[in-house]
Amino acid sequence: MGYVAVKGGTAAIEESIKRLRYERLKDEKVIEVETIKSCMRGLIDQIMSEGSLYSRDLAALAIKQAEGNPEEATFLIRAYRSTLPRKHYSRTIDPEDMRVERRISAAFKDIPGGQILGADYDYTHRLLDFDLYNENLADIREWINKYTGTPAVDCRQSSGKLPKVIDLLRTEGLIAQAANDDTEPQDVTRESIRFPTTRSQRLQILTRGETGAVTALGYAAIRGYGILHPTVGELRVGYLPVYIDYPIANSNTDEDAVYIGEIQVTEVESLIPEVKEKKMGRKEIEFCIGYGICYGQNETKAIAMSVLDNCLEKSHINSPVHNEEFVLMHIDCVEATGFISHLKLPHYVTFQSKLDSVRKTKRWEEEE
Amino acid sequence: MSKYNFAFFDEGSKREIRRATLKAIAIPGYQVPFASREMPIARGWGTGGLQLTLSLVGTDDVIKVIDQGTDESVNAVNIKKLIKITTGIKETEKTAEATIIQSRHRIPETELREDQIIVLQVPLPEPLRIIEPSEYVTKRLHADQEYSGIWLMLFEQIMQHGRMATGADHPVLVNDRYVMAPSPIPRFDNPKMHCSKALILLGAGREKKIYAVPPYTKVQSLAFEDYPFEVEDMSARVCRLCGAKGIFMDELIDEETQEKYYQCNDVSYCLERLNNENDD
Repeated sequence: MGYVAVKGGTAAIEESIKRLRYERLKDEKVIEVETIKSCMRGLIDQIMSEGSLYSRDLAALAIKQAEGNPEEATFLIRAYRSTLPRKHYSRTIDPEDMRVERRISAAFKDIPGGQILGADYDYTHRLLDFDLYNENLADIREWINKYTGTPAVDCRQSSGKLPKVIDLLRTEGLIAQAANDDTEPQDVTRESIRFPTTRSQRLQILTRGETGAVTALGYAAIRGYGILHPTVGELRVGYLPVYIDYPIANSNTDEDAVYIGEIQVTEVESLIPEVKEKKMGRKEIEFCIGYGICYGQNETKAIAMSVLDNCLEKSHINSPVHNEEFVLMHIDCVEATGFISHLKLPHYVTFQSKLDSVRKTKRWEEEE
Repeated sequence: MSKYNFAFFDEGSKREIRRATLKAIAIPGYQVPFASREMPIARGWGTGGLQLTLSLVGTDDVIKVIDQGTDESVNAVNIKKLIKITTGIKETEKTAEATIIQSRHRIPETELREDQIIVLQVPLPEPLRIIEPSEYVTKRLHADQEYSGIWLMLFEQIMQHGRMATGADHPVLVNDRYVMAPSPIPRFDNPKMHCSKALILLGAGREKKIYAVPPYTKVQSLAFEDYPFEVEDMSARVCRLCGAKGIFMDELIDEETQEKYYQCNDVSYCLERLNNENDD
């Protein structure tokens, strides 16, 4: 009966935990948390986004403990997050205040403020760089000095704050006018969602979603199960300042607000054409916006999120990606991996129960 | 573990879970949504039950954790260890000694008392999910007490197999109002829920629901007059170790003779019987 013998389970489990520790340590190499923080930006951004906790330090620690396994690292972060009391909600952050590091538009060639490529893999060839086997610190320093010392091309100086691309279309009346929705968002980590959900709940669950799951469903939506082809109006990567209300006096003005730091995010506004019925049976095409935002630089996920956000606004369409229960209930990393992995637990009582039913029905069939 | 609060959660979170629990007790069988937290053990591995336990536990509680009948199975060991590390309270394997019993898929053979609470871990809290995938719809079906779908499912089983063919988790009607998933306990344990002296709490972490059967509450397994509810047939089975009869048995195969034999599924019940024999 393997590991479910009457006694001895506890000892076996202790040994298994030791074995796991041994697997992590057996080559006698130590990776510093600082090294992970400096060298594994991509993984850290993914873990912070799925883990729903903005801390590069804790993400790096989780990656070390999880031996680089993203689902395990996300799990560690989420479990730690559960122990933290919610002390403050930030004041509303306006993404227009972003300190932009990268900003592109697929809709227009030239946009006010210009296209800013920043750092991204998009422009590289995915060829394994065998030179990285032998990188040394002296060469790196030399390269950095050269790179930071002399800008290779003239660059336009940006004033920092950049206008939004979609505002151009909005002033032209090509985007449906929408009033600001200032209803207080519902915190999905403090109150579980009920259906139908509000947009604030949907956006939170999408942004916490597992990168692969959000991407897969977003892909399904543009491939054939939803909207045909969105255009990325604007994709930004940069830093947003976070303020909270002055905690001691009961104040809620901008002047009294306390700056607590900045967070790096990826923000995407996709444009999706939509036919609107007008008077006398006339039809007009307008653009709708799909919104995606997540911690760190997670561009594919943010774009897929913007696609799904728009899909979920159109719940009348009969397709899985337009069904909020289908999308929102299945993209969470911790929930999906947890329930799949629970299949490894013993099920011998439940199986015995089913066996009893099967035997009884078999007997009945034979008697018939 | 000094970086964590007593019983893992911050006090605000515990209070919130207890509030949902009180509501659940006030409306027997009704699934109360709650803001389920991520736990240090995986979703689907008993996080609903664990959150209930951690929200309830005090310094003088004694905890027992069982997984499919045993105190030493993976899930039970994991959960017990976490509760111990974060609270330092006493643990026991004896059903009668525990004040809180967290269990995956079994109700112990020893009858529980009024001063005990049993916390059941629930993977799928919605008994109507097999007939209706949408949460939005099932919530309305419960509100309208519209249960024809689940009756029809049982009826169809009778048409196809000559009897109800449910395994564990056979649906029950609580307090003549809500149809409830008793969690995947074997049908054998369903009758133990009826007028139980102990408070029964059920927690589903991934699905974010808490529900309850208060003490002395009517719990009927769904069945028809001419096709009564049947528990698993344990009549011919005798425990090879302690000789017990009429309780839920594990079916095992002898490695040498390849013969089937049986053993009490509730290991602590079996051990207690063996120990009492030795005393005589």
